Amino acid sequence: MSPSVPLQEMIRAIRSARTQCEERGVIQRECAAIRAQFRQADNGGRSHNLAKLLYVHMLGYPAHFGQMECVRMIASPRYSEKRVGYLGAMMLLDEKQDASLLITNSIKNDLSNSNQYIQSLALCTLACMGSAEMCRDLAPEIDRLLRASNSYIKKKAALCAVHIVRKVHDLGELFTKAARSLLTEKNHGVVHGAVVLITELCERNSETLERFRKTVPDLVQIMKGLVISGYSPDHDVAGISDPFLQVRILRLLRILGRNNEAASDAMNDLLAQVATNTDSTKTVGNAVLYETVLTVLDIKSESGLRVLAVNILGRFLLNNDRNIRYIAMTSLQKIVGTDHNAVQRHRGTIVDCLKDQDASVKRRALELSLALVSASNIRSMMKELLSFLSSCPPELRSQTASGIFNAAERYAPSQRWHIDTILHVLTTAGGDVRDETVPNLIQLITNTSELHCYTVHKLYRALLSDISQQPLVQVACWCIGEYGDLLLTGECQETEPVQVTEDYVLDVLETVLQSHMSSPSTRGFALTATMKLSTRITENVDRIRSIVSIYGSCIDVELQQRAVEYNALFKKYDHMRAAVLERMPVIEKNSQGHTNGETIKESQTVKVKPGEPQQPANQVQANAAFYTVFSIVATVTVYEKDGVTVTLSCEKQSDSGLTVTLTASNSTESDIRGFTLQAAVPKSVQLHMKAPSGDSLPARGTAKLVFTFADMSEVYETKVSPVTS
Amino acid sequence: MLGTTGKTRLAKWYMQFDDDEKQKLIEEVHAVVTVRDAKHTNFVEFRNFKIIYRRYAGLYFCICVDVTDNNLAYLEGIHNFVEVLNEYFHNVCELDLVFNFYKVYTVVDEMFLAGEIRETSQTKVLKQLLMLQSLE
Repeated sequence: MSPSVPLQEMIRAIRSARTQCEERGVIQRECAAIRAQFRQADNGGRSHNLAKLLYVHMLGYPAHFGQMECVRMIASPRYSEKRVGYLGAMMLLDEKQDASLLITNSIKNDLSNSNQYIQSLALCTLACMGSAEMCRDLAPEIDRLLRASNSYIKKKAALCAVHIVRKVHDLGELFTKAARSLLTEKNHGVVHGAVVLITELCERNSETLERFRKTVPDLVQIMKGLVISGYSPDHDVAGISDPFLQVRILRLLRILGRNNEAASDAMNDLLAQVATNTDSTKTVGNAVLYETVLTVLDIKSESGLRVLAVNILGRFLLNNDRNIRYIAMTSLQKIVGTDHNAVQRHRGTIVDCLKDQDASVKRRALELSLALVSASNIRSMMKELLSFLSSCPPELRSQTASGIFNAAERYAPSQRWHIDTILHVLTTAGGDVRDETVPNLIQLITNTSELHCYTVHKLYRALLSDISQQPLVQVACWCIGEYGDLLLTGECQETEPVQVTEDYVLDVLETVLQSHMSSPSTRGFALTATMKLSTRITENVDRIRSIVSIYGSCIDVELQQRAVEYNALFKKYDHMRAAVLERMPVIEKNSQGHTNGETIKESQTVKVKPGEPQQPANQVQANAAFYTVFSIVATVTVYEKDGVTVTLSCEKQSDSGLTVTLTASNSTESDIRGFTLQAAVPKSVQLHMKAPSGDSLPARGTAKLVFTFADMSEVYETKVSPVTS
Repeated sequence: MLGTTGKTRLAKWYMQFDDDEKQKLIEEVHAVVTVRDAKHTNFVEFRNFKIIYRRYAGLYFCICVDVTDNNLAYLEGIHNFVEVLNEYFHNVCELDLVFNFYKVYTVVDEMFLAGEIRETSQTKVLKQLLMLQSLE
C-alpha cells in the first residue's frame, strides 16, 4: 500500500505539534473526521482512515470505535483493505472484545482462499490474537494447511498451531502427526516451525514426549547437517548456518533427553561435536554454545561431556562481554549444587564480578559467591563479601547480610572471628539485617564466656561512635548491662582496654535512652541495661535510681511499665535486687529460635537463678516463689525447709515438650502426708501433670514423690506450693 | 520499539492485556531500559520475565521473553530484524519507521509469529516483502 497522502499529512501534523495539548487537539479533530467517514461507508478512503486510526492508537489514544470497521474491512474482497483490517484486528481486538468472534468466519473463509498471502494474513491474525473458541473452531483448518500447502504457508501454520496449543491444550493431539512429518522438510523455516511446535507439544504432555523420543535420530541428523555442511548463504549469520534453528533443536533435544538414558546416549556425540566446533568469537556462536551447555547439563550425559560444558562456562566467565559473563553465572548457579568442585575452580573470577558495575551481574555474582563459601575458603571469601557489603547497592544489602550470617555460622573458624564478623556487618549495614539477628548474636556472645571482656570493649567503642544502627545499639546495650563490670575494671587481654568511669558508661546509656534515633525496643534494652548496672557498679546507684524513676512517667507504655517495676525493685524488694539482676547463665540454643526466658526482640524478663533462698514465710502453705526454669538438664533444689527437700529436674524430651520431675524427700522424724503439688503456668504453655507416685513422704526416707509434667516450652513459671499437713 | 523520548514506534503483543495494562507496561519498560547505558548487560529482569533489548541510534528494540529462553539467540534475532529493516527501507532511519509503520508491522509478522522467531533467512523475508508490496 503506497503511503496515502492523508495519512502522511496527519502524521506530519501530529509530529509538528509542539506541546502535548496541541497534539491532543490535532488527534481529536482527526478522530472526529474518521468517525464521520466510518459512518458514511465511504468506499475509497476506508483503508486510509483505518490506518490513521491505528497510528493514533499506537501513540496511546483510545480507538475502540474502529473495531466494527475492522470487521467490515476484513470481509472486503480487496487485498489492501483486508490487510489494514487484519492489522487493525491484531491491534485493536483481543479476546475480551465481543467483536473478535465476528471475524472468525472471515478468517475461516480466508484460510481456504487461493491467494497465499490472504491465507497468511488470516494465519497471522489467528496466531496473534486468537481466543480459545476461535482456536477450537479453526483448528481442523490449520491441520489441513499443515499437511498440504506450500512451504510459505506451512511455516505460518506451524506457528499458528503453537499458539492454538498454548491456548487450548487438548488440541495438541490433533497436530502431532502432522508435526512429525514436517520434520523431514527441506525448508529451514518449516523445520524451525515444526521444532517449535514439537517443543510445545512435548512440554505440555508427557505421552507426546514419549512418542517424539523416536525422532531424536532425525534431529541429530539435521543438526549434523547444519554444523558440518558448508556455507549456506541463505541462513548464514556470521559464519554459522542458521543458528536459530540450531538453538531450537538443541532445546528440543534437551527436553527429549531429560531423564532418559537412551536418548541422551544418542546425543552425546553430536553435543561434543557442536561444543568443540562452534566458533565462539561472535555472539551467535556463543548463543549456540550456551544452549549446548544447558542441554549437556540437563540430560544424562557422560562425565567427560559435563567437564567440557563446565569448561565452556568457565571460558564464558573470562569473556570481555558482560552479557556472556552474566549468562555464564546464571547457569553456574544451577549446577553449583551438583558439580560443586568444578565451579570452585572459577571462584576467583566470580568474586571479581562482584565489583562489576551492572546491578544484575552483581546479584548473580553474590548468589554464586554465597553458594561457594566453604570451610577452606571462608576467611578470604568473607573479606571479599564484607568489602562488597560496604559498597553494594541497597537492594542487595539484606541479602548479603543474611548470606554472610549463614556462612559465618556454618564455617566460622573461631568464635572471636565470628563475633568480629557479625559486628562488622552490624556497623556497616545494621539497618538491613533481619530481626532475629539480635537474639542470635546475644546468645552467641553469652556462650563464649572467655570473650566477654573483648566483646564488651568492642561494643562500647562502637556505641561511642554511632548510635543510629538499631540492632548494633541493642546488642551493645545488652552487653554493657551484663558485662559492664568488665568494662570498668580497665583491663582486657584481647584488646586495648578503655579507661572509663561509671559515669561515662551511664552517660552512654542515657544518650541512647534520650536519642530520638532510638526505637522503642532499643530504649527498652537501654533501660534494662541501666538497671542491671545498678548491681555491677558501686558508686552511682542513686543516679540509676533517678533515671529509672524519671521513666516511670514516660509516655511509652512499655518503658513506663519497666521503669515502674524497676522502681519497685529498688524500693520494696531491694534485697532481691542483686539476685534478680545477676548474670545470665549460658543459654542453650533452642531449635525453635528462641532463647529461654527471653521473648524475641524486646523485654527481658527478670531472671532468677534457682537455688536462691526464698522469702521467709511462717506458714508452710502457699509459698509464692517464682522460678524460671531453664531447659538445660539441671537438678535444682527449690525448697528446703523443715526437713523437706524438693528438687526439680528438667529434661528436654522433644522440641516442644519439656519434662520436669519434682522429687521430694523427707529427712524429718515424722511422716508427711497429704503432699500435693499445684502448678500454674501462663496461657502460652500447656501443662500435663501426670499422677504422682504417692502422696506421703515416709520419715527419714528418700522415697520420692515424683511429679512429672510435660510442658510446651517457652517462658513459664511454676508456683511450687507444697501443701503438707 | 521505543524512541528515547518514550514514544512508541511499534508495539506487538502476543499475550492478552487490557489497554491500560499495555500502556503501563510500555511505561515501565521504558523506565527500566532507558536508564541503562553501555556498561550494563542487554538483559533485564522484569516482573517474572526477561527483557532483551538493544539500542540502535535513538531507538530501543525490546523483546520480552520467558526466563527460560536463550538470551543470546533473541539478541541475534533483534539484530536480524534490524538488518532486514535496513535492507527493505534502504538505509532505514527512524522517520522511515514512523511514516511507514504498517509496513514495519508486516516485517514483524514475517519474522516473528505467535511469540517465536519464524523466519531466519533474510533473503527469503525480503523476497516475500517485495511480493507483498507489489500486491498493494
